[in-house]
Amino acid sequence: MTNITAQIDALPGLDPHAPLLEVTNLHVEFRTQYGISRAVNGANFKLAPGETLAILGESGCGKSVTAQAIMGILDSPPGFVTQGEVKYRGVDLQKLPENERRKVRANQIAMIFQDALSALNPVFTVGYQLGELFRVHRGMSRGDAKRRSVELLDQVKIPAARARIGDFPHQFSGGMRQRVMIAMALALDPEVLIADEPTTALDVTVQAQIMGLLAELQQQRNMGLILITHDMGVVADVADRISVMYAGKVVEEAPVYDIYARPAHPYTKALLESIPRLDKKGQELNVIRGLPPALTAIPKGCAFNPRCAYAQDACRQDPAPPPHIVAPGRTARCHFWTEVIGE
Amino acid sequence: MSDRNDIVLETKGLVKHFPITQGILFQSKVGAVRAVDGVDIQLRRGETLGIVGESGCGKSTLAKLLVALEKPTSGAINVRGENMVTLKGGALRRARRNIQMVLQDPYTSLNPRMTVGDIIGEPFQIHPEVTPRKGRARAVQDLLDTVGLNPDHINRYPHQFSGGQRQRIGIARALALKPEIIVCDEPVSALDVSIQAQVINLLEGLQNDLGLSYIFIAHDLSVVRHISDRVAVMYLGKIVEIGNDEQIYENPTHPYTQALLSAVPVPDPRLRGHRDQIVLEGDVPSPANPPSGCRFRTRCWKAQSICAEQEPLLQIRERSPHPSACHFAEPRDVVHAI
Repeated sequence: MTNITAQIDALPGLDPHAPLLEVTNLHVEFRTQYGISRAVNGANFKLAPGETLAILGESGCGKSVTAQAIMGILDSPPGFVTQGEVKYRGVDLQKLPENERRKVRANQIAMIFQDALSALNPVFTVGYQLGELFRVHRGMSRGDAKRRSVELLDQVKIPAARARIGDFPHQFSGGMRQRVMIAMALALDPEVLIADEPTTALDVTVQAQIMGLLAELQQQRNMGLILITHDMGVVADVADRISVMYAGKVVEEAPVYDIYARPAHPYTKALLESIPRLDKKGQELNVIRGLPPALTAIPKGCAFNPRCAYAQDACRQDPAPPPHIVAPGRTARCHFWTEVIGE
Repeated sequence: MSDRNDIVLETKGLVKHFPITQGILFQSKVGAVRAVDGVDIQLRRGETLGIVGESGCGKSTLAKLLVALEKPTSGAINVRGENMVTLKGGALRRARRNIQMVLQDPYTSLNPRMTVGDIIGEPFQIHPEVTPRKGRARAVQDLLDTVGLNPDHINRYPHQFSGGQRQRIGIARALALKPEIIVCDEPVSALDVSIQAQVINLLEGLQNDLGLSYIFIAHDLSVVRHISDRVAVMYLGKIVEIGNDEQIYENPTHPYTQALLSAVPVPDPRLRGHRDQIVLEGDVPSPANPPSGCRFRTRCWKAQSICAEQEPLLQIRERSPHPSACHFAEPRDVVHAI
């Protein structure tokens, strides 16, 4: 285990007292033949150890691209980080050479993907894929790696782990595959775990199992967890803080209780009102009219203005609303947040 | 409610087994996947019956049976007093007009090489007696208007529309033959939350205007609660509990329904830690080899020896005012608000 600390110490500029993960003004664009698609336009957030930050948004709002940029696994080209910093304990990951960055991946920051079947390699056994981490990153022998893999599968509560280590991914059920993914992400004891829609493909009963497991492992290890999802139920259950993304920007960031009780951005408010609830049975649901903008042609000013009930002339003009401070630790990118929150 | 004339669709002992075969040339049947195993449902005029359950419980097979895309192994489907199962040829085609389907994935259920006009107009080609040839373009435009799309977009292709708009095209196609019943198989699960609400509102509006009856299949329990008058819970090919939304959501009596409801995350952080969470162990058993007796007993915390020996029937019980297929059915309030 000594060589890990050696690796971490080797990161230039590492400051153990700096925030665990800090993303500032991140911009990502995809240069395609149809034009430049601006997937992320200034994402900001911070993550502390043991904290769960949920990134909430609809498809195409840039939440997965943000995660890929943090991990440094963006497809490039066509994807480019054009501005901004991703700092782990004070080290700007963007500036690290690829071989250093590779050590950070899985050692310090790990990720779980939505679709475990396509994220795992179908032609290798689960044991081989898990063991690979230990062999490559830790230089363990095959026998040791296998032993550690069995322990890991035990930790994520896969029954008969010893027997299943030789199975291929397709031999596992959806929930069990997601457990294998979690085991793989946690293999090298990362401090930050990014979970990109970890339960979207699963049934509710299995979702409850997986979310319970994640919460338990997070508590044991005091890990920072970034949960990317569109499910407002899951977020309400597990998150400490929420960043709501729309058209590549974090439009509202707030502690979970505040945002559900009194949303400060019209988009958050409309989203919360559009989910079916008990007291609205038999009535029409509130809808957000129109569609999310194409990322190649984001509206001027506030990107949400064509769909917003509060929009005024000021919203249709650049510059876009800055992150107004609503309360300590709470921001909203809306000129009229006082009106939105006041109702 | 008890009026027989009000019932537009009724199934009796509906069973669908998919054979598992072995061998290439001389195939022998070695077993069967019991996808749907004895389902009795009734659908009344203007009513929405929600069907919920986990993947692999047979919801989609049931939908396919109802619209006669699959032939049941046994059982009857009565629509307007006719048994769809025994109908053939022209009679079957005419009967199908009355029961149409909206599919889950608006991206794969529309042919990318056909224009919207052709997609929505195709039912008229198959059933030419519904609308005379001359009136078809007009009829298609009316349908587009009904589902809230621009009638001028009749010559566009599916890729020119967003997911929500495509689902509207799928709904227009289902409405083309003026059916009484529409089977919606996960119509909103591929859509984003803000778009989902638009499609739910559209479906409810159409029901009020046209007096449609819906079979609404979904795995999202809060969506089902919002739209349904009655809800049936399926597990491994059987209905385990059926009742109106209050009975199912507030006083569920079957342990599976209770576990399912308790697993649904509630979008309200204040309820965190105040909910009764029942976490089921393991996965759904294989429908090719379901457990004896009660099919839920392998994951049930109430299971006793009687559950393995005797299959509980879906019936009203001492402690369950609505039909529940559990020997030990009793109410338990698991979710305080959805």
